[in-house]
Amino acid sequence: MNVSDILFYFLSALAIGSAILVVISRSPIYSVLWLIVTFFAISGHYIMMNAQFLGIVNLIVYAGAIMVLFLFVIMLINLNTDAKPQKGKWLRLAGTVAGGCLLLVLVAALKNTEVKGMGVQVGTGDIGLINQLGKALFTEYVVPFEISSILFLSAMVGAVVIGKK
Amino acid sequence: MITLLAIDWLFILEKLILIVSIISISLVIAMYETYAERKVAAVMQDRRGPNRAGPFGILQPLADGLKLFMKEEIIPNTSNRFLFVLGPCMAMLTAMMTSAVIPWGGKIHFTLFGADRWVSLQIADINIGILYIFGVVSMGVYGIMIGGWASNNKFSLMAAMRGASQVISYELPMGLSLIALLMLTGSLKMSSIVGGQIDSWYNVLYQPLGFFIFLVCAFAECNRTPFDLPEAENELNFGYHQEYSSMKLGFYLFAEYINMFISSAVMVSLFWGGYDIPFIKDANLAEQIGYNWLAALQGLSMFIKIAIFIFAFMWVRWTIPRFRYDQLMNLGWKTLIPLSLFNMIITALVVLLREYGWRF
Repeated sequence: MNVSDILFYFLSALAIGSAILVVISRSPIYSVLWLIVTFFAISGHYIMMNAQFLGIVNLIVYAGAIMVLFLFVIMLINLNTDAKPQKGKWLRLAGTVAGGCLLLVLVAALKNTEVKGMGVQVGTGDIGLINQLGKALFTEYVVPFEISSILFLSAMVGAVVIGKK
Repeated sequence: MITLLAIDWLFILEKLILIVSIISISLVIAMYETYAERKVAAVMQDRRGPNRAGPFGILQPLADGLKLFMKEEIIPNTSNRFLFVLGPCMAMLTAMMTSAVIPWGGKIHFTLFGADRWVSLQIADINIGILYIFGVVSMGVYGIMIGGWASNNKFSLMAAMRGASQVISYELPMGLSLIALLMLTGSLKMSSIVGGQIDSWYNVLYQPLGFFIFLVCAFAECNRTPFDLPEAENELNFGYHQEYSSMKLGFYLFAEYINMFISSAVMVSLFWGGYDIPFIKDANLAEQIGYNWLAALQGLSMFIKIAIFIFAFMWVRWTIPRFRYDQLMNLGWKTLIPLSLFNMIITALVVLLREYGWRF
């Protein structure tokens, strides 16, 4: 049990715990705040795996920008009422069965993988560093990268068009 | 548990001392910024400013702090208590965290238990230094938003929205102007950005437009006049901290002054050579007076540069009136972003031309 193992288990527990709290929080504001904590834990994992750039970009983009927009929307339409729409009995049953199936599939898929029982491999690989990532994105994966940027541009244009109406 | 004890405890002790001293320095500087602000305002308006507490009124910040501590603490009845307290904490925390990657001086050298130790005056020299600052600054929005929302007051909420959208909008041109700078330095590490400027030209000479854009955005990010719409107390009510009282209000106001100090430090490090002593070859000086004295002088030079920037913040505050909100947004989105894109493209072209000539 060295420091990196302790950190790994702490971050994992934090990520899973806060992700559960995202789902079960009654107020949507708390859900968003717990989701931010989850992003922090995931960024911690990235940093432990020597992917500092990915870690900090995860924070800047998701926690710093997208979650702020979520908060904007929730605060402005005032979703703070605790009154949750009551879901029917059958809907709950269906949800439980579906979630259980997903859990089964995940456990079956991960049961025999070789990473089972291993902690994080600290400082292995350098694909998450900015030099390596930049080279990979702009040489090997340049076409998908550019196509996805066009996708973003079209989303932006669409937002402007809708906003102008 | 053997490996747990195998940490370099001396290293942790060094960093701890560094962290504590930098945080206390930022707190003291923020305290005296409030004093300096009032004195500068007084000079510009031909008044005397605070002059009762102590000689020249230098105990005024202590008196102000005491007043804030002694005031009655009111938490609105309907507000969300936990988030209400979390808001100012987040504001203060994010203001403090940014100082971790800024290099404050060269290396200090001393001998301990017969072993040579070199301690660099920087808490963490991570290879994403400047992005770390960006990440923490983008977290600063939550202090504003959570506080404004938890106050359960529509004016606070509207002011929080104003503040948050302003900070988010001005992060974009700030980042774009930074990309042009990073093309020149080729590194995100703060120590190598500063190191490239030591004994050579400062980055501001290569990136004057980028520096100007960064400066304007820094004003907006710190919510300083001309962009202090989140707390336009005479036109638009008071702002996201309207329901706050006592030291919680003090935290919000104090965080603004710490932000001012840190953003000055960031600008000095990125564009004005950081801790480099201007007009003098630092390496030659080190041979004459030793590394420890050099580090002290470098720290002094850094703080003088920072003080000039802080004065500029105050100078602008007492000179330029506040923008209207639509003017603020127009300036950000329609002027600064195109300008910084232009700056980025020109810089990219020049960098390519210098590297490959006309045949790229």
